[in-house]
Amino acid sequence: MNNSQSKRKPYVRDVKKDWWLKNRFYSFYMLREFTCVFAAIYVVILLWGLLRLSQGQVAFEGWLNALHSPVAIVFHILALIAMLYHAKTWFALAPKATRLFKGEELFPEKPIVLSQYIALAVVFMVVLAIFII
Amino acid sequence: MAEMIEIEILRYRPEEDQEPWWQSYQVPYSKELSVLGALGYIKDNLDSTISYRWSCRMAICGSCGMMVNNIPKLSCKTFLRDYYPNKIRLEPLANFPIERDLIVDMSDFVAKLEKIKPYIEPKEPRTLEQGEYIQTPKELAQYKQFSMCINCGLCYAACPQYALNPKFTGPAALALLQRYNLDNRDNGNKDRMKVLNEDEGVWGCTFVGYCSEVCPKGVDPAAAIQLGKVASSKDYMIAMLKPEE
Ligand code: SF4
Ligand code: FES
Repeated sequence: MNNSQSKRKPYVRDVKKDWWLKNRFYSFYMLREFTCVFAAIYVVILLWGLLRLSQGQVAFEGWLNALHSPVAIVFHILALIAMLYHAKTWFALAPKATRLFKGEELFPEKPIVLSQYIALAVVFMVVLAIFII
Repeated sequence: MAEMIEIEILRYRPEEDQEPWWQSYQVPYSKELSVLGALGYIKDNLDSTISYRWSCRMAICGSCGMMVNNIPKLSCKTFLRDYYPNKIRLEPLANFPIERDLIVDMSDFVAKLEKIKPYIEPKEPRTLEQGEYIQTPKELAQYKQFSMCINCGLCYAACPQYALNPKFTGPAALALLQRYNLDNRDNGNKDRMKVLNEDEGVWGCTFVGYCSEVCPKGVDPAAAIQLGKVASSKDYMIAMLKPEE
């Protein structure tokens, strides 16, 4: 085929930096991705605690005291909210990654999602019980 | 006088335009009229130069996809009544090059569909005399949802990963890949796993999930991709356990 006469000139639109602000779905997606920042900081705090623990009781108690500062408390509340939000999106994903069949019918998503919340509640209770005992 | 609704169309005529521009039309409103119907009205009565694609007008051919107020939709399945009295903005499908007006160049999409070997590679070849490959309804159910795709490309227009990295195999092709991999008559799994395992395969997906949201056929490509990630991880583990292969 001779294309020399072609008037084709496909126009490629570029992706703007604020693409994720144009659609609520994308904004919530970006929010979910952003929760990883809290997870990362939290891991650093925990590792730091471990390091202090290895340095003896005085060092460890210093770390514990630092956690009682208002900044640390505010951070932990924010981190908790971020992680709950992330967990919610993660739980919602589970039925998509498993796809259980009941005979020829796809098992409904709701019970699968719900069962994870129940499992989370159970784990939470167990951990709480261990700390109280 | 009949009630009117404003329809704005992103125009691009490659022989004259350097970049796309908006043109506005007034169309008589009726609650039965689809966006595609309104385009027909414009073409017949107001401006014969606008270009758009359509064929079946019943949401099965997949050719009338476009952005309606920034959301990928089949224009034959989208009705003026859901927007009236506000105006409607029509653009060609996002994330594809604009060929002309509302028409996009989908060759990259088609190439990706081809790449995943969208056909059954039988386990054991059968002669005509041996008859068809038998499959139970239960076996059909495993992949049926992923076989409902009409190749409209709405999911690609919804996928920011495809926008950011056009090499990403993308939702519909990865759903089609699962469709054949989950078919018990098929044996092409190994070949397709290569495509699936790539960075541009399932791992290019960060689970935005908007593809499944916009899909007019309930294919749920996001689910197909998550299944693909599970399969790919298993594949990786097995390969680690027997590295000599
Ligand atoms: S998966 Fe859905 S949105 Fe994507 S091409 Fe197929 S029918 Fe269209
Ligand atoms: S015209 Fe066929 S899907 Fe809309």
